[in-house]
Amino acid sequence: MSAPLVEVAAISRSYSMRSGMFGRSTAVHAVDGVSLAIPKGETLGLVGESGSGKSTTGRIVLGLEPPDSGEVRFDGKPMAAPGAAAWRAQRARMQMIFQDPLGALDRRLPVATQIREPLDIHGVGEPAEREERVRELLRAVELTPAHGARYPGALSGGQRQRIVLARALATKPDFLVCDEPVSALDVSIQAQVVNLLTDLQAQLGLTLLFISHDLRVVRQISNIVAVMYLGRIVEIGSADDLFARPEHPYTQALVSASPAPGRRSAGRIVLAGDPPNPAARPRGCAFHPRCPRAIARCASEVPVLSAVGGNRQVACHLVTGPQVETRDAA
Amino acid sequence: MSPLVSIEGLSVAFNGVPVLRGVDLALGKGEALGLVGESGSGKSVTWLAALGLLPRHARVSGSVRLDGRELLGAPAAELDRVRGGRVAMIFQDPASALNPVLTIRKQLCEALALHRDLSGEAVKAEARRLLDIVGIPDAGRRLSAYPHEFSGGQVQRIMIAMALAGNPDLLIADEPTTALDATIQAQILELLSSIRREMSMAMVLISHDLGVVAENCDRVAVMYAGRIIEEAPANQLFADPVHPYAQGLIGALPPLDGPRRRLTAIPGTVPDPANMPDGCAFAPRCALAAEPCGLAAPSLAPIANDRAVACIRAEASRRALLGIAAE
Repeated sequence: MSAPLVEVAAISRSYSMRSGMFGRSTAVHAVDGVSLAIPKGETLGLVGESGSGKSTTGRIVLGLEPPDSGEVRFDGKPMAAPGAAAWRAQRARMQMIFQDPLGALDRRLPVATQIREPLDIHGVGEPAEREERVRELLRAVELTPAHGARYPGALSGGQRQRIVLARALATKPDFLVCDEPVSALDVSIQAQVVNLLTDLQAQLGLTLLFISHDLRVVRQISNIVAVMYLGRIVEIGSADDLFARPEHPYTQALVSASPAPGRRSAGRIVLAGDPPNPAARPRGCAFHPRCPRAIARCASEVPVLSAVGGNRQVACHLVTGPQVETRDAA
Repeated sequence: MSPLVSIEGLSVAFNGVPVLRGVDLALGKGEALGLVGESGSGKSVTWLAALGLLPRHARVSGSVRLDGRELLGAPAAELDRVRGGRVAMIFQDPASALNPVLTIRKQLCEALALHRDLSGEAVKAEARRLLDIVGIPDAGRRLSAYPHEFSGGQVQRIMIAMALAGNPDLLIADEPTTALDATIQAQILELLSSIRREMSMAMVLISHDLGVVAENCDRVAVMYAGRIIEEAPANQLFADPVHPYAQGLIGALPPLDGPRRRLTAIPGTVPDPANMPDGCAFAPRCALAAEPCGLAAPSLAPIANDRAVACIRAEASRRALLGIAAE
């Protein structure tokens, strides 16, 4: 494994939220002690349900907001403070794509102009070369210069997401954060964009942080997968292995809840209850009120993410290295 | 057995642009039918048109029969008894389907008063029973809560309770779990299946998610550009799709286990309804397309027991399938 391009060390972020107009403000721990390392040229998939803190993690990694504690290191150097000249230089090497391409594009500008914008802002190349670079980027995302002359409204959802991708690639970034990039697209278009992203990653040696609630898409594109629940990572491991043999009860439920053609729902783990409110985080393991295997210890003691063999780490009192082996043997 | 609902040649046009172009579909009593297709394929419009829920400027033609009685052009009073009574519908966004300033009790009792011959205390007792059925804990007390006091999954449960208020023979669930998290989706789908079994209610499950439909339906119809292009029992469709579009949809779905393979993306995009290609609407994106595909739109033709496909190039797959069936 090559050296990590992005290292995240124990980042935390909380917001204060007021319930009602006169209510007391409570701290919501959106991200709570998350550590990650993404090797150069690889993809880390971040999965979890709404409110699990996956998008906040992505925003902190990009430096869009500072963590309350912890540190993000990019290419061995700590992230500079937002707004500083060093930050701008770093930011040209890292880009992002979001779920809603229409919201990310300006409806009143031709899309080629929008692809060109980051080149102008970061002063990449001579102005004359920039036109050629825009055409090159359009070709890279399998569109033509004719598409570039159109306005976002005249393109389909899949084409718009390609434009957003082309714009993100304009400054030749090393690192791309993709937050639910294909969730709003139809299945056949989703496959086009996933294939394109995989091809571009191989060609350009991109490192990706891929955030999604869709386990299938995440597995397709990721080398490593981290599962988040209420601001913490509950399980992390290599993509194929993690989905084939999930260890954490939450990951097991999540994998089991993913519907598959050709399989009837027999044997599905259906969790009771709703995802908990981040403002009222349960004591101990945050998952214990919904966990089918919870024991008394789970309600009082927060489990620590620890290695259980292979390159897997799990945060669960019921899953430890030796126990896994005895269960496999049985 | 005569079908509960039979739709024949149902077509819909908005301002002269055809969006539904001749849909034939039959649904038996207690059957679960899945309707899949991408956005704009006409899955929802089919049922909105069938129940007379489209705006006035929509031109609807064809025939929709419920137990043999024609619904298209039926008098408003009759449609009012059908909608919410014999046929109930739930939607993707449950929060916007409830009135935010009325309690759940008010809204449930309104549905009960409209469709059931109940009054006074009996209505309240029935409202409470419905909330119990859909698994809202502490139903008695929660009846006086407002929609915003419930989570997304619970609001969808309340919508299901309201749909059950009229004791429907058919529930049309239009993307009922699309807005919900994975673990909550599993809860709602399980609830729908168990209610359907217990009340022997028929269900039409409309979804863009092939997995959801495969697991919860007996039979599946695949729609493309306003037509049904393949219809088959759920297990057969996913094991052995015949129409190139159905094959493409299934190939585009990343697998959750086994080796990773490159996804077989369908090239291009769905045609614009105002500029439909001549002949088969899928031909411009189809790898198997030949000259005759551009001449006339293929009709849905049976290829085996319970299976039908609208494709002239499916001949090879069709023969292979019949060969297996004959042995």
